[in-house]
Amino acid sequence: MTIQTAPQREEHPRGAVAVEVTGATRVFQGSAGTVTALDGVDLTVGAGEFVSLIGPSGCGKSTLLRLIADLDRPTAGTIEVFGRTAEQARLAHDYGIAFQQAGLLPWRTVRANIELPLAMHGTGRAARRERADHLIELVGLTEFADHYPDQLSGGMQQRVAIARAVAEEPSLLLMDEPFGALDEMTRERLQGELVRICAETRAAVVFVTHSIPEAVFLSDRVVVMSARPGQIREVVDIDLTRAARSDEGLREDAAYFAAVTRVREALHHGSPTPAQGVELR
Amino acid sequence: MTAARTATARALPPVLLLVVLLATWQTVVVVGQIPAFLLPSPSAIGSELVALWPTISSAILVTGGNSLLGLLLGALIGVVVAVVAGLLPSADRMLQPFVAGLAVVPIVALAPVLYTMYGAASEVARVIVAAIAAFVPVFVTTTRGLRQVRPVHRDLMRAYGATPRQATVTVTVPTALPFVFTGLRLASSLAVISAIVAEYFGGPRTGIGSFITTAAAGSNYARAWAFVVGGILVGLAFYGVTLAAEHLVRRRSGPRAG
Repeated sequence: MTIQTAPQREEHPRGAVAVEVTGATRVFQGSAGTVTALDGVDLTVGAGEFVSLIGPSGCGKSTLLRLIADLDRPTAGTIEVFGRTAEQARLAHDYGIAFQQAGLLPWRTVRANIELPLAMHGTGRAARRERADHLIELVGLTEFADHYPDQLSGGMQQRVAIARAVAEEPSLLLMDEPFGALDEMTRERLQGELVRICAETRAAVVFVTHSIPEAVFLSDRVVVMSARPGQIREVVDIDLTRAARSDEGLREDAAYFAAVTRVREALHHGSPTPAQGVELR
Repeated sequence: MTAARTATARALPPVLLLVVLLATWQTVVVVGQIPAFLLPSPSAIGSELVALWPTISSAILVTGGNSLLGLLLGALIGVVVAVVAGLLPSADRMLQPFVAGLAVVPIVALAPVLYTMYGAASEVARVIVAAIAAFVPVFVTTTRGLRQVRPVHRDLMRAYGATPRQATVTVTVPTALPFVFTGLRLASSLAVISAIVAEYFGGPRTGIGSFITTAAAGSNYARAWAFVVGGILVGLAFYGVTLAAEHLVRRRSGPRAG
């Protein structure tokens, strides 16, 4: 297996490493006893690198993302984002984030939703407007800038959420199944747009997904996880250049199919039955 | 033009129904020769309404003023107490049974006691009764509204490193606002009813309720009904204004799909 160096990883202004997870363990205390969602996970994400987390339901991939975002704290282990603690990184607005639900504020227009993180962090009105206009164009919603979220389709709402996530030009983008609730066609179109946006912003991305083709299409590396307890089973390098990814023809490429097969085998390796909750299409 | 026509078209059927009902009422009273103490005719009530309009209108202002003051006072306290309960779980546990108790107490029964406390010439007792009546629904709906913040919005605020104040202004208040206004609409009718009924138990003879009791005691049934119409006008005005405010807020706020 040839491993290509991911493009843009060199000479990144924020240094070589975006996320450094060391021995992260998260145990939830519930009424039904304790659940180990993550067990001693180590993961390094380089600056400008696109890493997907994939695995069956309950493998802790969303938990891992929430730990990196400092929306949750590990029971043991450490998490560093650009060399500082996850909390410092959060308070320094080091990352942009998107969830499975678009989570737009229904009383704000598309433009006002995209401006929200900028407004909360003190960007001036004119600069805010200019940035929002650029992002609205980037996600192809120019005609809908003054619409309210409930006037948009699910796919359009998710585009607004992505524009909001990259509004502050973060060096790290955290995405928790952002396309999980969308139909297949919208999903593939938004994947293409995400590749384009990432090429422009040069952000590192940690992307949680259920879908093998989605993970392969987007990622430099795919982290395959297993459940109970949540651990990393294997890390699959995807040898596709970003240039190739901006081409829709890639989805029919032999190298692409080979990578899909490698991830699928990694997912099923050692488990007698197909992993539940993973889309195998 | 078209909007005006649609509004007219929608208003026409209920207005027609009202006319038919009044005409039937009038016919029944005249043809059946029903005595006035049982049921005065609409025309008799109408002529009393016209003849006594100066008195009725001033009574409307007095009762409306008491209701408005009580409503604002009760709503303000309701919102403040709900916010405190939202911030402090211990205060919430303390308040819940207290408010439930307050909701079932017949508040107007307090009126005679309050008249003794504040003097028979004062309107204060009526304002207090209206305020207590308005407090309960505003407190209940605001408490509910403050709990409606979606988890994804809470995560978002944390991810942005928002201060508690920023999170409150950006997410909590806009989410709760439609609930507050629903409470205000429910409270407005209660405040008017309570202010009128409180007048039945004494105090200065200035408001709608006082005049209804006086007219009924003097066997002036058509006059009593004319003051009832005045009370209906106060209630409708309060309901209409708060309903419009609620619609205005709900249009661009609150939890919706997406």
